[in-house]
Amino acid sequence: MTEASKEKEMKQTIDPKLMATLNKLTPLFALIVVFIIFSLMAPQSFTSIRNLELIIRQTTIVGITALGMTLVIISGGIDLSVGSIVALVTVAIAWLLDHGTSPLLAAGGALLVGSLCGLLNGTLITRLKLVPFIITLGTLLIFRGLAKGAAGEQKIDAPLSWLNELLAALKPDHVWMIVPPGVWVLIVLALLVTLILNYTRFGLHTFAVGANEHAARLCGVPVEQTKLAIYTLSGLFAGVAGLMQFARLTVGDPTVAAGLELDAIAAVVIGGGSLAGGEGSVLGTMIGALIMTVIRSGCTQMGLSNWVQEMVTGVIIIGAVVLDRLRHRRAS
Amino acid sequence: MTELRLKVEDVRVRFGGTLALDGVDLAVYPGEVLALIGENGAGKSTLMKVLSGAVRPQTGTMLLDGKPYAPQNPKEARASGVAMIYQELALAPSLTVRENIFLGMEPTKNFLLDKKQMTARATTALLELGQNVDLDRKVNTLSISDQQLVEIARASAASARVLILDEPTSSITSKDVEKLFTLIRKLKEQGQAVIYISHFLEELKEIADRFVVLRDGKSVASGMMKDVSKDDIVAKMIGRSLESLYPRSEHKAGDTILNVDNLTGFTKLKNASFTLRRGEVMGIFGLVGSGRTELLRAIFGLDQVQSGELKVALYQGKFSPAQRWQQGIGMVSEDRKGEGLLVSLSIAQNLVLPVGLKETAHFLDPAKVTATTKRWIESLAIRCQAPEQKIGDLSGGNQQKVALARLLNNGVDVLLLDEPTRGIDVGSKRQIYELIDKLALESKAVLIISSYLPELLGTCDRIAVMSKGKLSRAKDVADVNEHDVMTEAIEVDAEVTK
Repeated sequence: MTEASKEKEMKQTIDPKLMATLNKLTPLFALIVVFIIFSLMAPQSFTSIRNLELIIRQTTIVGITALGMTLVIISGGIDLSVGSIVALVTVAIAWLLDHGTSPLLAAGGALLVGSLCGLLNGTLITRLKLVPFIITLGTLLIFRGLAKGAAGEQKIDAPLSWLNELLAALKPDHVWMIVPPGVWVLIVLALLVTLILNYTRFGLHTFAVGANEHAARLCGVPVEQTKLAIYTLSGLFAGVAGLMQFARLTVGDPTVAAGLELDAIAAVVIGGGSLAGGEGSVLGTMIGALIMTVIRSGCTQMGLSNWVQEMVTGVIIIGAVVLDRLRHRRAS
Repeated sequence: MTELRLKVEDVRVRFGGTLALDGVDLAVYPGEVLALIGENGAGKSTLMKVLSGAVRPQTGTMLLDGKPYAPQNPKEARASGVAMIYQELALAPSLTVRENIFLGMEPTKNFLLDKKQMTARATTALLELGQNVDLDRKVNTLSISDQQLVEIARASAASARVLILDEPTSSITSKDVEKLFTLIRKLKEQGQAVIYISHFLEELKEIADRFVVLRDGKSVASGMMKDVSKDDIVAKMIGRSLESLYPRSEHKAGDTILNVDNLTGFTKLKNASFTLRRGEVMGIFGLVGSGRTELLRAIFGLDQVQSGELKVALYQGKFSPAQRWQQGIGMVSEDRKGEGLLVSLSIAQNLVLPVGLKETAHFLDPAKVTATTKRWIESLAIRCQAPEQKIGDLSGGNQQKVALARLLNNGVDVLLLDEPTRGIDVGSKRQIYELIDKLALESKAVLIISSYLPELLGTCDRIAVMSKGKLSRAKDVADVNEHDVMTEAIEVDAEVTK
């Protein structure tokens, strides 16, 4: 290569740091575009503070689940069982409260049940050496069945407690909180996962396992332990999401959150996560989750039916991945 | 002379930031064998991909029998009569010889396979090559050299006009090499043009009529094979004399740091023994499949060991790769993209990934990581834009430097390098040889595995040969003769089993 052509080369390619930032911002642009479209088309009420708050509250459950899914997908895996874990957790909380457990303990129990489910996923994946898709497809059915069995195939009523306030609209004397506590939980967890991914060795290992498991092993990365931790965390986050789901429902419902795993996966993918592993970000995932709620809310406000929302969301998912592919092709 | 069969002029190919081919000219006549010579990374494989339609060049012209030749895909290339026989044979192992010969172009009659025609044409193709193989035998029951024959017969049956052979002798025995040469001579008689790629110069001298040398993506020399000496070709391949490519200082071997005694693995490795001392560069020569990589993997804890003793510094026994890094041992894999590096991650991420001596903390300081990466980028002259740049965007040579920097950043004392210069440009090679020399002077121990003998002769203090899982005694490089090593590696035993 001559010096001149080398220089040309350097100019042609954009600074990688800038490129990375741009890549992360693409979902944000998509969110803004979707939002503007609905602001123009939907009635005034779409942009009201009340509706915006509702959008954020509606994003919380899928958002928290998607945080765990972000870790899983970056590591090159998938967790199809999270919806079932959420259902199992709502049943567990309702049962605990119904048996006189304090709300705090019941919440703790929720997290424990979620984590144990995740730990089981991780153990099966690392021990049986089967692909996560198969294992979590199996546990999707197992956890769902367990929830139904434990609940006797019906909803479990539970006494009202402060847990039900977690995701409710704020009462006038709590306005200082700006958003309900459940949303704060999502924000804090999102920051936490961002820190984990970018500032810890475990975060680096998560990326490494997803980018190239063989190379990770060569570099001494404890691949199995990392996976175990990732799926346990995914279960834990599903546990937190289950807590929020219960807060909204006020009952334990073994049939709730069917298909939540797909929404969580969609959020990660819209946000730039790659199912091949090694790529994804918390910010992207959060925006991805918001995009889906905005579409849902916008369609509802416009009086469009459920089937329209579903189709629009589907188009967005495919579009996001196509865009991502194009971006990558240009980069290489 | 007769009309040109294939003419290639000023072909250029760019992959992202690197020019893989930077102006290649080549011409081959019917009934002749053209040797395509060049080091790994010189552009041979890219040129083959261009000829076989797998890669389209940005500029340049190609003429086949005087007509423009611009295949859009491998199928079109085959249909035009350009057949490619890769090192890794492209046969369907569980199908028969007959089925393989017509794979993808089966003759049909009334929508059914025309078995009669297949048998007749396959027999003719084989007969013309002077061979006889049972058409109903499954290909996976044939020897490698017979499988090669099937591929060549497939090309003949498809009435190929240009046949490209990529390193055809790298996995067959010397007896079979003779058989292959007889075949190639038959092809010449039939008026086929053959492009023969190999880095065994002896072979090329014997079979080729003319040669073209590729270096850094350019065709730098061509001529009649009988008019040049081997040394001339080598000088043209590397673009400088051997001495300046392989800098070598006087190394002083110190204490033994690695002791391998009767190491046997579960797959290929059989009773390997050797010692490696500080301040020493040792080479293991072996062909693909000889068990050399398995030896390294066993030492590094990537493969299970069946029996034998392993002692690294003070650590006796088996350890995981993580423990090996902590003990000050590092490994560079021969499979750079598959196992060596994480191509979708950044230079910085790749560099700090191993859990080595210094880095046991759970938290990473991005500023520190960037600073460390910048230091290595500078000291190894890694050409890149920023520490955040993805490994996949770098050229092979720069990728390999990152793989080496990973070892150095962990302050390793023992470097296990599997084909450290495979597929990289001459400039980077030289820098890596210099680095290896410098590391030995800093009394680190270096073990290099390679199937490219000149490189080992140029850099190592001692050389051992691996063949069929057995490791020979290491000899001082001064007592090693190229011919003997080759013989030991290839001719000791029959075929390398696949």
